[in-house]
Amino acid sequence: MATATLEIWRGDATGGEFKEYTTELTEGMVVLDAIHQVQAEQAHDLAVRWNCKAGKCGSCSAEVNGQPKLMCMTRMGDLPTDRPITVEPMKAFPLVKDLVTDVSWNDEVKKRIKPFKPRPPDFEDGSWEMHQSDIDRVQEFRKCIECYLCQDVCHVLREHHMHDEFIGPRFLVYNAALEMHPLDTEDRREDLRKSQGIGLCNITKCCTTVCPEGITITDNAIIPLKERVVDQAYDPVRKLIQLVTGR
Amino acid sequence: MEVSRHEHDVLIIGSGGAGLRAAIEASAGGASVALVCKSLLGKAHTVMAEGGIAAALANVDERDRWEIHFADTMRGGQYLSNWKMAEIHAKESPGRVRELEEWGAVFDRTKDGKILQRNFGGHAHPRLAHVGDRTGLEMIRTLQDHGVHQGFDDYQECTVTRLLKDGERVVGAFGYDRESGNFRVFQAGAVILATGGLGRAFKITSNSWECTGDGHSLGYHAGADLIDMEFIQFHPTGMVWPPSVRGILVTEGVRGEGGALTNSEGRRFMYDDIPPLYVNQTADTPEEGWRYVTGDRDARRPAELLTRDHVARCIVREVKEGRGSPHGGVFLDISWIKEKIPNGAEHIKRKLPAMYHQFKALADIDITEEPMEVGPTTHYVMGGLRVDPDTQMCTVPGLFAAGECAAGLHGANRLGGNSLSDLLVFGQRAGKYAAAYANEHGRGTLEEAQIEEARKEALAPLERQDQTDGAGPYAVQFELQDMMQEKVGIVREEGTLSEAVEEIAALSRRADLTGVTGDRKFNPGWHTALDLRHLLTNSEACARAALERKESRGAHSRVDFPDKDKEWGGFTVVLKRGSDGNMEVRRDALPPIREDLQKIIEEHG
Repeated sequence: MATATLEIWRGDATGGEFKEYTTELTEGMVVLDAIHQVQAEQAHDLAVRWNCKAGKCGSCSAEVNGQPKLMCMTRMGDLPTDRPITVEPMKAFPLVKDLVTDVSWNDEVKKRIKPFKPRPPDFEDGSWEMHQSDIDRVQEFRKCIECYLCQDVCHVLREHHMHDEFIGPRFLVYNAALEMHPLDTEDRREDLRKSQGIGLCNITKCCTTVCPEGITITDNAIIPLKERVVDQAYDPVRKLIQLVTGR
Repeated sequence: MEVSRHEHDVLIIGSGGAGLRAAIEASAGGASVALVCKSLLGKAHTVMAEGGIAAALANVDERDRWEIHFADTMRGGQYLSNWKMAEIHAKESPGRVRELEEWGAVFDRTKDGKILQRNFGGHAHPRLAHVGDRTGLEMIRTLQDHGVHQGFDDYQECTVTRLLKDGERVVGAFGYDRESGNFRVFQAGAVILATGGLGRAFKITSNSWECTGDGHSLGYHAGADLIDMEFIQFHPTGMVWPPSVRGILVTEGVRGEGGALTNSEGRRFMYDDIPPLYVNQTADTPEEGWRYVTGDRDARRPAELLTRDHVARCIVREVKEGRGSPHGGVFLDISWIKEKIPNGAEHIKRKLPAMYHQFKALADIDITEEPMEVGPTTHYVMGGLRVDPDTQMCTVPGLFAAGECAAGLHGANRLGGNSLSDLLVFGQRAGKYAAAYANEHGRGTLEEAQIEEARKEALAPLERQDQTDGAGPYAVQFELQDMMQEKVGIVREEGTLSEAVEEIAALSRRADLTGVTGDRKFNPGWHTALDLRHLLTNSEACARAALERKESRGAHSRVDFPDKDKEWGGFTVVLKRGSDGNMEVRRDALPPIREDLQKIIEEHG
C-alpha cells in the first residue's frame, strides 16, 4: 500500500512545530481525508475544521505546501510525492490550535457593512421583476463560500496586518454584490473609501488566483467598485455643482 | 472550572435554515435570542442543499397552486404525513420564498423576470425556486446576512450536550465551547431544537460531521416523543467513485434537467418499474419524459423523477442483479442532452455548475462529456421529534423543534425541495410561538444538581482511563456506521434488525470505556466521544422503529414484509424514554384527515 508523509502544524498561540505523520494513500484521496485518517489513527486531538467535504461550505481552509487551499478539494495525487506535504493553518488570522484559526474578525467586518435595502416591491404579492442578464454579475459574487482564502493571501492583511483599516477582498466582493444588486437602494461608496480602505488594494490579483469558486474578484468586483468610489468622490461635474449650490 | 451563564427569552440550538429563520422571527417580536451554532455561523448543513426550495409560486406553470403541492407531499409521504403540517407548508412556502428575495436572495429568473422554478421528483409542476445547484448556500447566506442585523446573540462552535428541566418543562441547556473547552449554561423561557439530521450514524452519507442527530437525542432524553424514526431517506444519487468521495451528493437537479439513469446495458431502467401510485403521472417513454423536461404541458414526468425511495431501490436492484457500473453504482448521464439542445455543454455548466466542478475536481469526470457513476447515500431522516403542527412545540412543554429534527411533514418519504421550504415555514413558526411561550411563562428555574451532572458527564471521556487499547471514540463510531449501513440500511429484515439493536447496546457499553487524549481545547477526539451518545440513541431509535413496522412503505423496506400494509398506513411508530431509562416503542393511530383535504387528495391523485 502506498503511503504519504505529511508535516502537520501542531500547536497553539503560545507556540508549536511541524510534526511528521505517515498515512496510507487510497485512490482519489484529498488532503482532508489524509488529515482525518491521521486524526482517527494517530492524533485524536488534532484540531481541524470541516463540514461538507465537497467545496461548498468553506470550512477547511489551510495552507498546503504553502498554498492557500480548501483541503477537501486538494487531491493528494496532484501533490509531489518525493517530499513531505506540509499542512499549516492560515496566516492572516490568529491561531487557535493546529489547523484552526480565529476568523471572527470577518464577522465583525460584515456587521459594519450597510445591509441590503431593496426598493419597494414591483407587484402586490411582494415580488420584483428582475432579469437574468441583470443578475449574472451579482450571482457570481454570491457564489462566495466564505472560506477566507482571499483574506489569507491578501498582503494588506497577511503581511501588513491592516485589519483595522482594510476589510479585505471577501468584503469588497460582499460590497460589490450589494452595490450591483438591481433592487438595492443603499449607497456604500463613502464607507468603502473611508473606513473600509478600498484604496489599499493595489490589484495584485492574488485573491482571484486562490478563490476556489473561481470568482474574478479583482476584475469583476474590486476594480468596478474602485471606479464607482472614485466617480463619487472626484467627479469634477459634481464638484462644480457642489460649489455652485453649496450642497 | 469555568462555567459561563447566559439568560435569554429564546434559546435556539442549531443555526442552519430552520434555526436562523427562527432566530430572525423571535428577534422580530422583541425577544432576546441566543443562537447556538455547532460550527461557525453560515457553515451548517443547509449550505449543502443543491436543487431548490419547493413552493407553489406558479411562475413557470400557472396551473400550480398550494392544493397540488399539498397533494404531492401527501402522496410522496405515502399518506403518513401530518396533513395539517402538509397544508400549512404548502400554503406558506411561497410567502417564505418571496421574503428571502426581500432580504437579498438572488434566484435564477424566468424570461419574464420572475423567480425561475425547476422540475423535481414527485412534484406535478416545476416548483423549485433555485440558484443553479447551490440553492442552500444562497438561502443560508441570505438568512445569515439579514440575521446578523436583527440583534440576536450567536454562540459559534458551541455544542449542547444536555437540556435542563424545571419539573416537566425545558428551561435551558448545558454545552461546551469547542475552542476553549469551557462550559456554558443557558437559561431560557423557551428552547428550540433545530439541529438537523443524523446521517453520521451511517457509513455512506451526504451529511457532515455535525449531523449526529443531537436534537433528536436531546429531546428524547428530556422526555419528548420521537416518531417515524424508521424512515431514513437514502438519496438515490451519491458519488460512488473514488472511494474518498463516496456518498457526496449529486443533486436531483441533474435529473430535473433531463439526466438519464442507465445500467451497464445502456437501458433506462427506471422505465421498467413504475409504482401504481404514480402510473398516471409518469411518462411511458424517455421521449415523452424529455418533452416534459422541456416544458411540454401535455407530457408526463420522466421515470427518473419518481420519488427518491423508489429510485434508490431500483438502483440497488440493478446493482444486485449484475447490471451496475464498474464501481457498484449505475450511470447518471446529463451529457446526452447535447443531442437535443444547441450549446448543450454550456447549458449543463450553467444549470449545474457545482456538479460540473465537483466531478471535474474530485473524480476527473467531465459531466458534459461522460456519465457519472452514482449510488444511494444516506441523506435525510423523515423521523424526529413529534411537534404540534401549528406551534412546533414538542410533547414536553417549553421545548420546540423545527426542520429536519422535527417530524411529521414528510411521512414515509420526503420530496426533494420540501426540506428547504420546511426549514423556512416551520422555522418561522417555531420562532414565533417559542417567543410567545417565553413571554407568557417567563424563565424557569435551573437546578444546580442537573448542571453538575451535565458537567461530570461531559468531562467523563477526558477523565476516565481508556479501556479500548487506544482505539478511542473514532473506532466505536466507525463500527457503528458500518453496522448501521449493513443492518439498518436500504433493505431490512427482522433478524438483522434485532442484531442491530443488540450491537448498539454493546457499542454503547464500549463507548463508556473510551477515554480520549489531550485537553479540552479544540479536541475533536473529545467532541467525537460526546457526539457518540447521540448517535447511539438515534441508531437505537431507527432500529427499534424499523423492527416495529412490519411492512414496506416509502423509505422503509423490509424483505420479510415486502408489501405495503393497509392497516399500517393508519399508524405512526412512537419512541419514548421509559421511567427505567429504556426505550419504549408504541404505535399511535394517525388522526383522521379533514374532509376538505381528503377531497383535494382525491382530486389531484
